[in-house]
Amino acid sequence: MIIEIGHYALVLLLATSIVQSLLPLAGTVRNDPALMAVAPSAAVTGFLLTAFSFAILTFAYVTSDFSVANVWQNSHSMKPMIYKISGVWGNHEGSMMLWLLILTFFSALVATFGGNLPERLRANVLAVQGWITTAFGLFILLTSNPFLRLDPAPGEGQDLNPILQDVGLAIHPPLLYLGYVGFSVCFSFAIAALIDGRIDAAWARWVRPWALMAWSFLTAGIAMGSYWAYYELGWGGWWFWDPVENASFMPWLAGTALLHSALVMEKREALKIWTVLLSILTFSLSLLGTFLVRSGVLTSVHAFATDPTRGVFILTILIIFIGGALSLFALRAPTLKAGGLFAPISREGALVFNNLILTTAAATVLTGTLYPLVLEALTGEKISVGAPFFNLTFGLLMLPLLLAVPFGPLLAWKRGDLLAAGQRLFAAVGIGLFLAAIAQWSQGGGPVLAYFGLAIGFYMLAGAVTDLALRSGVGKVTAGVARRRLFGLPGSAFGTALAHFGVGVTVIGIVAVTAFETEHVVEMKPGASVEAGGYTLTFDGMRQGRGPNFTEESGHFTIARAGVSKGEVWSSKRLYTARRMPTTEAGIRTFGFSQLYVSLGDAMSDGGIVVRVWWKPMILCIWIGSLIMMAGGFVSLCDRRLRIGAPQGARKARPVPALGAAE
Amino acid sequence: MTRKQKRLAVIGGGVGFLVAAVLLVMFAFSQSIAYFYVPGDLQKTEVPPGTRIRLGGLVETGSVERGSGSTVTFVVTDTIGTVPVTYTGILPDLFREGQGVVAEGAFTAGNPVFVADTVLAKHDETYMPKDVADRLEAQGVTLGGKETIR
Repeated sequence: MIIEIGHYALVLLLATSIVQSLLPLAGTVRNDPALMAVAPSAAVTGFLLTAFSFAILTFAYVTSDFSVANVWQNSHSMKPMIYKISGVWGNHEGSMMLWLLILTFFSALVATFGGNLPERLRANVLAVQGWITTAFGLFILLTSNPFLRLDPAPGEGQDLNPILQDVGLAIHPPLLYLGYVGFSVCFSFAIAALIDGRIDAAWARWVRPWALMAWSFLTAGIAMGSYWAYYELGWGGWWFWDPVENASFMPWLAGTALLHSALVMEKREALKIWTVLLSILTFSLSLLGTFLVRSGVLTSVHAFATDPTRGVFILTILIIFIGGALSLFALRAPTLKAGGLFAPISREGALVFNNLILTTAAATVLTGTLYPLVLEALTGEKISVGAPFFNLTFGLLMLPLLLAVPFGPLLAWKRGDLLAAGQRLFAAVGIGLFLAAIAQWSQGGGPVLAYFGLAIGFYMLAGAVTDLALRSGVGKVTAGVARRRLFGLPGSAFGTALAHFGVGVTVIGIVAVTAFETEHVVEMKPGASVEAGGYTLTFDGMRQGRGPNFTEESGHFTIARAGVSKGEVWSSKRLYTARRMPTTEAGIRTFGFSQLYVSLGDAMSDGGIVVRVWWKPMILCIWIGSLIMMAGGFVSLCDRRLRIGAPQGARKARPVPALGAAE
Repeated sequence: MTRKQKRLAVIGGGVGFLVAAVLLVMFAFSQSIAYFYVPGDLQKTEVPPGTRIRLGGLVETGSVERGSGSTVTFVVTDTIGTVPVTYTGILPDLFREGQGVVAEGAFTAGNPVFVADTVLAKHDETYMPKDVADRLEAQGVTLGGKETIR
């Protein structure tokens, strides 16, 4: 009975979202405040209904109600509680429920915190959110209903895919969806503005916090996913340029571009049309990602049991939303007035440069991801585009951007002085080269390109610090004044510096791992040892063990450096009993930012075992840098100007909307 | 510079960048695309040694042999042709005889053995690499058990 209540709540949500899609829009057309006022309450109701429905699905998982087909397929009574809960979204239906939950959550946020928005804009934004909710609500109810029953109910479930039985599943998808789906708000703002045909700097001011929030979550989500794949799959890789990874990376690239262009629009009222287009494109890429992941049209290492018939439904949603949005854009964009002029060398110019590179990079990733699909459809030929393609194109494209990052914040708005900025960055360049030289000296050789890469990373770190130092006037005023000025800087200045610093940290991690990682595949018998990264790893023997729903064989290794013991590490192979599925649990030992990674292979007939050992220098920097970027996003979000400034902008904007909010 | 010249310079720079990016993408494609073959295709077409391809099919039952150290040899079949494969490294957890597999690598000159540097793993044992499933079905191989779960 309770399952049917959850199902019913989902149907009610669909009804609510249809109301939310139509009435507010009718309200703005007929200028009827009562109709427009329907939007916020419909959005909040929709969220509550979805949350209720989601809670009931979770309840079915927690109580192992195998009369629900979805629970039977993906759960097991012996499964630990945390995986029963995270297992809710560890499958197609549940994952779409999470998508919908987060979508309605954002609608409810707009409804609750959008009190300072002009009434018409808020009504339209929520109406567009309603369309998306309706589309995905229909999708779930018609093709992916998690509440379908089985009769008679099986006694035991089929268990969750063992790879997903990890704390990563509890963290990665919610974060990723908060990012991915969060961009729907930017999309809705763009469409709402196009419907009304009115876009000014105030609009950018309202959109930017949402873009920042979505971007920060997406950054964390991608980083978490990367780390999860790294430790769970046992292949030692942290990024595979796999279609599913690209699916989340493309919205991130476009979203990063959007953050920066919205900045120009907010401050200078330039790049209006472009910013609106980017808002549309970013969420379109999120939708495309959902399609790629959920339909299984591309061969992917991440492809879980997928169903191509559902792909057609999502493809339809995709075409309607992207096609509709771009048509509306084509229709309305010419009526928007272009704003503020600026010299090529200026803060705006730097941000345009950023946008040019990021969108080109996103387009490149898109090309590489979709090319096999297009070629197969056209010629029937099957190809795969692998990591070398992406490394070459993406790597080369990003290079000028990385070099330019520290320049951007140092250039003035309207007209900047490149030479002056270059002079100010002299120290940063010097520090970068100096630290890279030290690294070269301590490593005693290695590819020159790698040290060039490290120098770029260090230069970015120093550049971010330089930016803060210059803003607080270090060297020009006394230390006390500089310190006071530093703490008086707006949150967004810190956010920018932090995020750019994070990029530098990530670059250092990527370069170090790519250039200096070592890998050994060896056959080991107890007592044998192998050298990696200056550490000696000795194999002591195997041990049998069992967990709640698996049996495992673990190898025990002791680690020593120059004869001194540095700890131990267990690496295991598990066999999950319900699915008879083996998994590898890599043994990882962290030393500073570097890691020793041990993965077990097959046992040999003579008692030995194949062991794969990696030394991963500075690898943690990749994810720590991403977390610093995320922190930068949230620090910017806390900027008082974004919170308090927005309503001021709204009030100023209302009497003379075309002028927008002045600084 | 006049305003017009400035604008031209900016647009020219942007277009130049885009053209460079397109050329780069085309160059990278020509370097790094791997075509997908099943063993039956290789009876009809010759793949030059050193060209990276993806080889898909089923692991022939009884063909997996562990050599010295971590080198493994096995035979990939699509019931029409067979190709011997050698791979050094750790096989994915779900690598089993009679199951689908995708191996990436190249042939060496004058040797019929395919040298794989990557053997693709799948997250889910009910999941068949789509490329393999399509091609095998097209050649009339029934995939036992593939649909039994759903």
